[in-house]
Amino acid sequence: MSTHTGMAAKRKAPENTIEAASKKRRSPTRVNPALYLFPLPAVAIIAFFLVMPTLQAFQYAVTDWNGFSAAFNYVGVDNFVRAFTKDSLFTNALTNNLKFVLLVVIAQTVFSLLLALLLTKNSRGNVVLRALFFFPTILSSVSVAFIWKFIYDPNFGLANSALGAIGLEGLQGSYLGNNSQALYWVAVTQVWFHAGQMMVVYIAGLQSIPRELYEAAEMDGANKWQQFKSITWPFVAPATSIVVAYTTVQSFKAFDLILGIAGNPPKGSLDILSTRIYSTFANSEFGYAAAQSIIFMGMIALVTWLQRRLLRLTPKGE
Amino acid sequence: MLASISRRGILAIYAVIIIVPITVVLFGSFKSTQELFEGPFSLPQSLAPDNFAEVIGGQDLGSSFLNSVIVTGISVPITLFVASLAGYAVARLRGFASWAIFGFLVLGMAIPAQANMVPLYVLFGRMGLLDNLTGLIVANIVSTLPIAVFILGGFMRTLPKELYEACSIDGTGPWRTYVSIALPLSAPSIAAAAIFLFVIHWNELLYPLLFIQSPGNRTLPLALLSFQGEFQTNYPLLFAGVILASLPVVVAYVFLQRYFVAGITAGASKG
Repeated sequence: MSTHTGMAAKRKAPENTIEAASKKRRSPTRVNPALYLFPLPAVAIIAFFLVMPTLQAFQYAVTDWNGFSAAFNYVGVDNFVRAFTKDSLFTNALTNNLKFVLLVVIAQTVFSLLLALLLTKNSRGNVVLRALFFFPTILSSVSVAFIWKFIYDPNFGLANSALGAIGLEGLQGSYLGNNSQALYWVAVTQVWFHAGQMMVVYIAGLQSIPRELYEAAEMDGANKWQQFKSITWPFVAPATSIVVAYTTVQSFKAFDLILGIAGNPPKGSLDILSTRIYSTFANSEFGYAAAQSIIFMGMIALVTWLQRRLLRLTPKGE
Repeated sequence: MLASISRRGILAIYAVIIIVPITVVLFGSFKSTQELFEGPFSLPQSLAPDNFAEVIGGQDLGSSFLNSVIVTGISVPITLFVASLAGYAVARLRGFASWAIFGFLVLGMAIPAQANMVPLYVLFGRMGLLDNLTGLIVANIVSTLPIAVFILGGFMRTLPKELYEACSIDGTGPWRTYVSIALPLSAPSIAAAAIFLFVIHWNELLYPLLFIQSPGNRTLPLALLSFQGEFQTNYPLLFAGVILASLPVVVAYVFLQRYFVAGITAGASKG
């Protein structure tokens, strides 16, 4: 068809032949310029509302601006120095947050993998249990916080009444009221909240492992643990890297859950970076809050990078 | 044998740890405080919706519910539309342009919302977007656009290029191709992204907390959070609020479960 029109063009206007023919040949691969209009709304929104404000955060971070007055001073790196050396509220939140991330990442990764291993087969019962375990993920953080506030209530809570009912009064505690334990109990809540979601990621990974590998291993006399170590774990490495990275970011940002369970502002033992930034902001220290935000972003990047290095989870091949 | 018993044991215990608290909340929302404390596990004595009447009418959770419906109802479709346009272009453009646009849009996923709350607040203040629902809609769109582009663009890229090219030979413009080819074929990923966005936007707390002052403009999660201080231990009232805030998402989950798992997992596997 293209040669036919090409020939027609040749007969009519010989001087245009080359141009016409090459146009025809290129047309299926040539990009319609109108296509460049399609991403424009998205690009404009991201540039204006996400990239620009993020760059501005750096600009604010070197000032003592209070957010309202026109006058402010450039203070250089003072805000950053203050955060790390003079502000025990900030270093406390930083320590809590790192502790929280470490706890949740380890617990959630192990637990969601365990659930996925137990529910890998697509049997009817397993499908029902998966749906049940996934359920908490769809709730709002504030709802989850209220449910667990009641579980942990020292006087009327579910945990203590359940322990009392089975005669284990000795284990009853005050949970969130106990400052040295509070963060651990919130970590339990966070795992309950999102383990089902990570379980689904793991199930997809597990189902892609060829069954023959296990059969061969069994014939070679490998026990369950050896099979797990040399087949399952390496094969789910890509899933693990997703779970670890996502859980890290998620637990750095556990803002809603903390505010719901501990109130606004949260007490010191439950203060994390995002809640601290919010309190600084609410206290009209805009410049200082911006500096804290930058440290916060840096921490997420640093921890994610460290994990990749330490766990060597970058999926090979595939 | 032993393995099978411990397998069942672990699954049963975890099922209990999920079912029991949720049942207690459901039953508790119909109880008085005293009734709840005396028997948290028992069935409620009456199904009189006193707590619901109190939170909807007395505490004005009804208008917060309406605000949440308005905000989510507008922000989800706009995000999907803008993201699908971008995803479509990324799928059809070639080489550097495609790569650069996708990279730029998706990079936003690396910026946590809590990290630029100060400049965003200042910007919204200048634009008159504080303390109104429009501001919340804009914030929802901005915060989830990168991941929506990631999900939709990722899917549209897997559609065979020949489909698009066949249309351009026929002289069909890019807009027609988008409407009649790209959108219908991407329906499963659009559904998954829609669910994902619905859950995120419906449950969003940070932006309402930052931007909203007037109680009349609160969305559900913010209204619920304000209960925290007011009704420290009035759990039945808190529970009624939890049920009300969760109802639309739970109903959707029951009917559209497959898309939930696909959508929320697609959102998680961004790494």
